[in-house]
Amino acid sequence: MTLYFRRRLINALSLTLSLAAMAFGLFWLLWILYTLFSNGLPGLGMALFTQNTPAPGSTGGLANAIVGSLAMSSVGVAIGTPIGILAGTYLAEFGERGWLAPATRFINDILLSAPSIVIGLFIYDVYVAQVGHFSGWAGALALSLLVIPVVVRTTENMLRLVPNSMREAAYALGAPQWKMVLQVSLRAAKAGVVTGILLAVARIVGETAPLLFTALNNQFFSNMNQPMANLPVVIFQFAMSPYDDWHTLAWAGALLIGLFVLTLNIIARVLIRPAKSH
Amino acid sequence: MTQALNPKLAVKNLNFYYGNFHALKNINLDIREGKVTAFIGPSGCGKSTLLRTFNRMYGLYPKLRAEGEIIMNGRNVLDPNVDLNMLRAKVGMVFQKPTPFPMSIYDNIAFGVKLYESLSKSEMDDRVEWALQKAALWKEVKDKLKQSGLGLSGGQQQRLCIARAVAVKPEVLLLDEPTSALDPISTAHIEELVHELKQDYTIAIVTHNMQQAARVSDYTAYMYLGELIEVGETDSIFTTPKKKATEDYITGKFG
Repeated sequence: MTLYFRRRLINALSLTLSLAAMAFGLFWLLWILYTLFSNGLPGLGMALFTQNTPAPGSTGGLANAIVGSLAMSSVGVAIGTPIGILAGTYLAEFGERGWLAPATRFINDILLSAPSIVIGLFIYDVYVAQVGHFSGWAGALALSLLVIPVVVRTTENMLRLVPNSMREAAYALGAPQWKMVLQVSLRAAKAGVVTGILLAVARIVGETAPLLFTALNNQFFSNMNQPMANLPVVIFQFAMSPYDDWHTLAWAGALLIGLFVLTLNIIARVLIRPAKSH
Repeated sequence: MTQALNPKLAVKNLNFYYGNFHALKNINLDIREGKVTAFIGPSGCGKSTLLRTFNRMYGLYPKLRAEGEIIMNGRNVLDPNVDLNMLRAKVGMVFQKPTPFPMSIYDNIAFGVKLYESLSKSEMDDRVEWALQKAALWKEVKDKLKQSGLGLSGGQQQRLCIARAVAVKPEVLLLDEPTSALDPISTAHIEELVHELKQDYTIAIVTHNMQQAARVSDYTAYMYLGELIEVGETDSIFTTPKKKATEDYITGKFG
């Protein structure tokens, strides 16, 4: 009986500690959300989406920054996703033998944890400095370098979850490997791969550092060949400024990004659920 | 050992290695055409390994190798020049766990057929129906062919896998413990199916269940520690085994 009570005591203790840890984490998260909402909501309105970033003292919105962020993120994802899926598929399906796959995986892990400011400086050096001006393309390129490792990693992991028996079944029918990978493995891992892409988007929409040296900022709408406005850098500049109306806009921008990332995460959760249910 | 008159697969001096481990030791055996041959024996005796040499599934993994001959239609299956995809078109396989692909029931069946034949829509419809009829699944799924194969019950999934293998019109069907993950009713379905299918196909089945071997097979092979101990007509193996080891296993004294 003493052993039984000891076990129950340890159980109660561990449960309390883990609940406390959860409450601790949740506390900060809720506080952050509360701050975001209470400071960001006043700035939320139609003008936010229809007007450009204003000069100090005049009214305005974040339209150019929102469009810029969407444009650069879309191009970044469009460049990074195919490369990431192809590389991840190679690692999971074709790379069992030889040195190339382990080397690629190692380098990808480094890229995954590389500080994003390093990525920004890299693009500044190889692209911005060469063409002589900041641009939306440079920003998109920097973001794509952040997308690639995330997509590579999730694609590989999701493909590894596909049971080998499914691959054997396709081979047993006489399917060549490429057909098996395209029609069976990748199809089975589809929800997970899409989730990986969503998480990559969630990661890059809030990135400031890689855009500081590449897209910089712009007070107006611009094409991808010019310096381009974007939410994170606008938030950074406006929040650092001494003007109250800029502060309000910065908070509203922060709320927008926060809500966007939250939505993406919820979609990712929903997508991955059926795959887990058996 | 009685030599069969018309072997579909003739296994001659087959040895198999997992790296340094000698898993199959000098196996000689005929799989007779149009009959069901069951492989029984305790876990690790090599019966699944033997089955997986018939369609060279082992070739997917490094360090596995087979020596000897498996003659089918006058050619050695183990010959490196054999076209693996064509071999697997002739030798279909169904696995222990049902493995429906993540696509519709219809596409599950069509997947294999499309690898070898380009059929028109109506021809493919006919083939899918034919295969599902063969696997005794048509009645249950005919109104939901576009639904995912993953939504079927375990027993239905396994019959879907049999239909998928049959749809390619193979000559030999390999069943690797096809009912070990199924409930008794689904198992009975599959066993009935094996009876039906042997009219058209040569069948080799690995099973842990001796009663199942007795129920479904014409010939039974007993294996132990990588060796083929005894093979013969199922009736005589189960009633008058020639070897003491076989008798001990069958009567439950061992294994």
